[in-house]
Amino acid sequence: MRRALLFAAGVGLMLVLWQAGHVAYGSLVLPGVGETLVKLQRLIGSGEVGDALQATAFNALTGWCLSVLIGVVAGGLAGRFEELRFLLQPVAIILLGVPAIAWVVLALLWFGGRWAVVFTVAVATAPMVFAAAVQAVRSLDSDLARMARAFRAPPRAMLFDVYAPHMLGYLYPALATTLAMSWKVSIMAELLSGSGGIGDGIAAARARVDTAELLAWVVVVVAILIMLDQLLLRLVRERMHVWRQEEEGHGDG
Amino acid sequence: MAMDDALLALSGVGFAYGERVVLSGIDLACRRGQVVALMGPSGAGKTTLLSLVLGGNQPAEGKLACRAERLSEMFQEPRLLPWRNALDNVAFALKAQPVSGRERVARAEAMLDAVGLPRASHRQFPHQLSGGMRQRVSLARALVIEPDLLLLDEPFDGLDVALVRQMQTLLLSRVADRGMGIVMVTHDARHAAAMADRIWVLSEAPARIVACFDGAKDRSGPSCLALADRIEQALLSASRGSP
Repeated sequence: MRRALLFAAGVGLMLVLWQAGHVAYGSLVLPGVGETLVKLQRLIGSGEVGDALQATAFNALTGWCLSVLIGVVAGGLAGRFEELRFLLQPVAIILLGVPAIAWVVLALLWFGGRWAVVFTVAVATAPMVFAAAVQAVRSLDSDLARMARAFRAPPRAMLFDVYAPHMLGYLYPALATTLAMSWKVSIMAELLSGSGGIGDGIAAARARVDTAELLAWVVVVVAILIMLDQLLLRLVRERMHVWRQEEEGHGDG
Repeated sequence: MAMDDALLALSGVGFAYGERVVLSGIDLACRRGQVVALMGPSGAGKTTLLSLVLGGNQPAEGKLACRAERLSEMFQEPRLLPWRNALDNVAFALKAQPVSGRERVARAEAMLDAVGLPRASHRQFPHQLSGGMRQRVSLARALVIEPDLLLLDEPFDGLDVALVRQMQTLLLSRVADRGMGIVMVTHDARHAAAMADRIWVLSEAPARIVACFDGAKDRSGPSCLALADRIEQALLSASRGSP
């Protein structure tokens, strides 16, 4: 309850600062809260938000799924085989060093359209998943694996009871970070590619110098990220929190 | 001892890690309903010997015959899955058997009751349990598959006397009632004397058997203490390198 109140107070503080900025600088620089919400209502009513959300969700989630698939498989293998790790680690470091905006421009030249967006999301987030997967496999507890083999655990039990929960513990922070990042990268790529989605909406608002509409789109993005965090990631986080407290004290004897 | 009715029989078994010979010419056996203890200096290869029985390694020489249909081990460390609660950790051991999920849980629950873990702790995660409770869960996991041969690797290390007594009583009742065989590695002569029907003492690596004792007639009386003294003398001799 206290946590919810503090959360609401934080949101309230942001709104007060926003409104104060509007009073100080005027509508062109920073439209007021009410003005933005009216614009948002119009965008929702016209169906633009729904269409844009659909397009951005497809781009972000397709790119993220590709990144998770590639990152987990490559990272898993690199964690298991030292030679592959030495081979792939510099590749991941180089990919991570390339700015996302450079990937957008390159992808537009190579693919164009929506697949440029999907590619940019995948290539910008995969190295982070790769690094987490390498660590996850390298830190697998061989004693637990030996215990499971001693009880002749079938492959399904080895996967779901031994390996997957351990991997998830390491992968979760990277998956949560890259999921949020995939939306932001996707919007940036859409803004430059003009292939629909929230980024395209922001580009159109900028062209019309419609700051209120631009802020309305920002509100949509922030709302989506908060919903993702609270509805999906929080569930996983709380489930993991129950058993991930080894570092906290416990009795003995 | 007749080798024909042995659950486990080792004859001239040797093992080496690369060039380093760990075990040499080991002969021992464990029958149904018998508790045997393996003792020896640290690094004598006792845990390696258990690993050979489990099939984790193959003997370099000699013959190892294990006729146990259900083989189980209680490890020195509890080795519980940190992301599963006590009940699921015990039920995990049954995943190799063709039993329904409901039966797995029921059997795990009954076994946790048998080892004396309070009901309130059945759904707690390992980090929420005390060291003694974790050992109980580990014992329950080892027993829930109803093994005909149980391997114990320093099972009572760091536990208080009352808990050790309770666990020994439970294990010995399983031996008497169900004919389970136990091979126990321990460095504590009192534990060996209190439980074992036969005690083998290994020398330092390359380990060979340097002494063998029959179990005490009385598991808690003077003959048990006298046996523990004799075993300790043999262990001291083994550590000094003389049989």
